[in-house]
Amino acid sequence: MRFQLTKDQRALRDGVRQLLARRFDREALRTAVQRPGLDRALWRELGEVGFFALRLPETDGGVGLGLPEAVLAFEEAGRALLPGPLVATHLAAGTVPGAATGETVVAAVSGGLVEWLTEADVVVGDASGAVPLRSVDPLTPLHRVPAAAAPDPVAVLLTAAEQLGTATRACDLAVQHARVREQFGQPVGAFQAVKHLCAELLVRVEVARAAVYAAAVTADPADIAAARLLADEAAVRGARDCLQVHGGMGFTWESEVHLLLKRAWVRTRRAGADTESEELLAAELMA
Amino acid sequence: MDLSCTPEEEQFRARLRQWLGDVLPTLPPKPSPDDWPARRVYDLGWQRLLYDAGYAGLHWPADAGGRGATPTQHLIFLEETERAGAPYVGAGFVGLLHAGPTIAAEGSAEQRARWLPPILRGEQVWCQGFSEPDAGSDLAALRTRAWRDGDDYVVSGSKIWTSHAEVADWCELLVRTDPSAPKHRGITWLAMPMDAPGITVRPLRTLAGSAEFAEVFLDEVRVPVANRVGEENDGWRVTMVTLSFERGTAFVGEVVACRRVLGELAREARKNGRWDDPLLRRRLGRLNAEFRALWRLTQWNVSEAEASGGVPGVGGSVFKLRYSHARQELYDAAACVLGDEALDLDRPWVLDRLSSLSYTIAAGTSQIQRDIVAERILGLPKGR
Repeated sequence: MRFQLTKDQRALRDGVRQLLARRFDREALRTAVQRPGLDRALWRELGEVGFFALRLPETDGGVGLGLPEAVLAFEEAGRALLPGPLVATHLAAGTVPGAATGETVVAAVSGGLVEWLTEADVVVGDASGAVPLRSVDPLTPLHRVPAAAAPDPVAVLLTAAEQLGTATRACDLAVQHARVREQFGQPVGAFQAVKHLCAELLVRVEVARAAVYAAAVTADPADIAAARLLADEAAVRGARDCLQVHGGMGFTWESEVHLLLKRAWVRTRRAGADTESEELLAAELMA
Repeated sequence: MDLSCTPEEEQFRARLRQWLGDVLPTLPPKPSPDDWPARRVYDLGWQRLLYDAGYAGLHWPADAGGRGATPTQHLIFLEETERAGAPYVGAGFVGLLHAGPTIAAEGSAEQRARWLPPILRGEQVWCQGFSEPDAGSDLAALRTRAWRDGDDYVVSGSKIWTSHAEVADWCELLVRTDPSAPKHRGITWLAMPMDAPGITVRPLRTLAGSAEFAEVFLDEVRVPVANRVGEENDGWRVTMVTLSFERGTAFVGEVVACRRVLGELAREARKNGRWDDPLLRRRLGRLNAEFRALWRLTQWNVSEAEASGGVPGVGGSVFKLRYSHARQELYDAAACVLGDEALDLDRPWVLDRLSSLSYTIAAGTSQIQRDIVAERILGLPKGR
């Protein structure tokens, strides 16, 4: 059993990470918050490197890779806090013309919500009667729709991968801050109360990572539901604890911590309520 | 990333499964948890069966008498034995998982020949003389003294939380041989025969009512210098060689057991009608997610150990932290399923619930584990 990243998988992850570090770093994130809107040039660039066509067979012009590779790419997107209907466009590759190359931006009805409806070229699902709401996340415009759509398991898994990436960033940010911020004459990370918050951040990330990667390998519905619950927890609790470690600074608009939490909140609703995942896992106990 | 086993690993699993199917029905009934002398006989009998079938010391290196199995094979072994309801390693735990591997790694050829075969054959029970009344989580603060007198060390002090002490033949003992040295230095690792004059064992009753472990009082006990493993005053390093095992692979079987208990809880809830409560269902569903993830993390850690040469690292602390809390939540959920019956000591899971309270304390408290994760993995500064 080799439940570790292969050389190729590490190379793919590092490649996506480098691209996003170059094209969507911390400054780009701040700029995007000031002027929300989809960066179509970046979207096409993602298309060019195969982000959307990753799982499309090579005979159809895709990259021909599988769910584990897609999960690694989406984890990086989640770490970069990359905005846009990434999951919907990825899932539309091969069925909606232009989605695979990033020429077409695709939104989708998921649960009772649609993200990026007005910016999208194509909408998958019944978005009639969509009503805009004032989204809690400045980088995810939202509409409510009357006809809720059942979540696609692959969308659930890719969302979990994004949550994992965001949780990782929350952990990194908290640890970085705890190392340099000094109070009472020493780094706050030397205080056990802060240290333990950071340790729990990492524990949640590692447990979620094992669950998400395993679900990508098996594609089993119960594994996906478990991955989703743990990744949601890692991202939401992680962002909250990261905010706590930052103290008053974490509560400001200026810091980026609130963006992690708000995006994590949006994603917890993308695949319907977590009650459905819990019920699925409860039913599985009887199987 | 791959979760499938190689043909060789599957073959190993199939042979083991067949052997378990043949041998388990021939075992005598399990003794009561309180009856340590009977447990000793039972656990060592099981160890002898494993030895005769070639499964003893599976993860030990071949030159120490083990099978030199890969971490994946060890994982399969623990998974299959637990799934089949085979006896737990029990009284053999310290010998097979601590003292044995320590002697294998640090002992002289003579010491290895003397102690390793009887441990593997199920002829010796070892206990662990590490913790002291004033040195629990701060293990290196231990004060039990040993001084040289000719070819012996003379040992005085006391140990506590010593599992199996009443029925143990040997004790892996940490003593202070240089009180003037910094606390992590000046410690020495000794193998102490438990029948030596001057040793008094007093069982300690746990909150679950059983005598799970003991206090051990040492009054000028003579231990031959030949029983020292490693150099004098180098005992801390010797100990650290094997402590990570306790936090790494030691819990594999227990995760399998927790997943089984969860399934039993669901069936019990279906039977007594509490399954109709959506809050309880969701709670059990979430625990299913938890133990699935812990099982995946186990597979991840084992694969990592396999890739890096077999030694579990500090990642075990991450696992232990989460697992010990999850296990307590599992038995709290069991209490919800049982209702009033959760107050009846004769009902299943009630004693397990009490026992599970030790999990966030034993083998390093959750607080100590968080320090380890924060300082050694995340690189946060030391300090309190």
